[in-house]
Amino acid sequence: MIKKHNQKQLIETLIHGIFLIFGLVAVGCVLLITVYLVISGIPAIREIGLFEFLFGTKWASTADNPSFGILPFILTSIYGTAGAIILGVPIGFFTAVYLAKAASPKIKAVIEPVVGLLAGIPSVVYGLVGMLVLVPVIRVIFNVPDGTSLLAAIIVLAIMILPSIIKVSVSAMEAVPKEYEDASLALGATPVETCFRVVVPAAKSGIAAAVVLGVGRAIGEAMAVMMVAGNVANMPSLFESVRFLTTAVASEMSYSSGLQRQALFSIALVLFLFIMLINASLNLLLKRSKEK
Amino acid sequence: MIKMKTLSKKRKMYALVMRCLMWLAAGITCALLLFMISYILWRGLPNISWQLLSTKPSYLSNSIGILPNILNTLYIVIATLVIILPLGVGAAIYLTEYAKNQRLVAVIEYAAETLSGIPSIIYGLVGMLVFCQFFSLGTSLFAGALTLVIMNLPTVIRTTQESLKTVPQSYREGAFSLGAGKWRVIRTVVLPGSVDGILTGCILSVGRILGESAALLFTAGFAHSLNGFFEGLNSAGATLTVALYVYAKEQGEFGVAFAIAAILMILTLIINLTATLVSNRLKRRIKA
Repeated sequence: MIKKHNQKQLIETLIHGIFLIFGLVAVGCVLLITVYLVISGIPAIREIGLFEFLFGTKWASTADNPSFGILPFILTSIYGTAGAIILGVPIGFFTAVYLAKAASPKIKAVIEPVVGLLAGIPSVVYGLVGMLVLVPVIRVIFNVPDGTSLLAAIIVLAIMILPSIIKVSVSAMEAVPKEYEDASLALGATPVETCFRVVVPAAKSGIAAAVVLGVGRAIGEAMAVMMVAGNVANMPSLFESVRFLTTAVASEMSYSSGLQRQALFSIALVLFLFIMLINASLNLLLKRSKEK
Repeated sequence: MIKMKTLSKKRKMYALVMRCLMWLAAGITCALLLFMISYILWRGLPNISWQLLSTKPSYLSNSIGILPNILNTLYIVIATLVIILPLGVGAAIYLTEYAKNQRLVAVIEYAAETLSGIPSIIYGLVGMLVFCQFFSLGTSLFAGALTLVIMNLPTVIRTTQESLKTVPQSYREGAFSLGAGKWRVIRTVVLPGSVDGILTGCILSVGRILGESAALLFTAGFAHSLNGFFEGLNSAGATLTVALYVYAKEQGEFGVAFAIAAILMILTLIINLTATLVSNRLKRRIKA
């Protein structure tokens, strides 16, 4: 009897241990990614020089006298993301307010699943449509020789971040207690005033989280941008072909070697640091909105 | 209800402007949705043919077939799910059933959140370094599947955790009082009660795997050869999404690319619908 009990105890401990290991896999993965990126990203930065690498304006990785300055990529990524946010957030925000507070249940039941579909469409499909619709349209409207440009990337990114902004903002606004609205209406505010002066301020950290999430999506997107941005290492300008941090990594990876390859890892490290910064602020915002 | 007539001009204007902005934004969103869906179907559906779906690309007959890509996608989905299920569900069980140290739980949850924010291109890079080179798996579907496992781990953990939390505490207590050990309680009482959450996690993961391209480009490669399951896992291969990218960007075969896009969109639609159905069941149970 005692022996059997001991055996049972052993099995329980064993299983506990196995689940603990499974639980720690996620932590292990984060550490693995961080360590690998730092280890493989540092050598090139040391060889090129941190200042030269981050603030050099010329990227010519395959030239005889190669130069590795990634300022164009950093600025393009920042401008591109900012542009996508400026374009996408207002549309996403007002759509979210409409869906959360003004739309009839029937309309909501139609639009919400379709927004979900938009979120699920693979990024290369956005890239494809951007390539064949947006790029020619930009070329004709703005009369530029080539439509592949920062502007095309901004528009595609803005459309791609719309669904996540809408979804997160809607759930933030739906979490605002009904009493707030009732009180505001009882005090004589119109429904619209209630929406924008009571519900929105009450949900503001959730909405901010939605925006930060959009920033993360936009800065990390590679394939769709690769298809519409033209991929030339120019300093960012709205109608010129540009290269983002993500596409800089993706476009040269397959044929790179030596210092060029190491420099690509360094670019990934810079991108990773950006993402970590964004993640940290997202977590902070989400925590704040949960505390409410 | 307040009468609009009695309002001051300024407040009337405010209501009107805000309402217009809302309609405008919702209109733009709907127009975009409609355009994307109809454009892809319009360009894609005419290009889907039995020949496209059932053959592999051939230089001899100068034709393109996407059967290898369909199979590769299937293989990678199966391989990823087989690995991710025990890992993700196990992690969720540890977090909700076993863990007593709240700090450790916070660390694991923070790690999972961090994982879900990392862009796929970085997964691709690290997957290439770790799985393809360090573990010398080479560019293969299996290396791609392992990369996808890390990417989708947070999703499976989160959905499983949510549904584990919905299993009433009294069930566990009842089973314990009948003399069952912890593992037995989890196996026979807790897990069967949270199948729908685990299922939702799997469906969402399948959706992400279908749509993934950047992480697979360097880990799974872009070959179009026709292989069996195990042979396929060991060799390089393009999934549907990667094939779309290659056909559109590198070969200019837009007809094929749109056909794949239409297939992917229909698959996404099916996946979303099933996920909604399953998670609605879950939500009903949370309320009950």
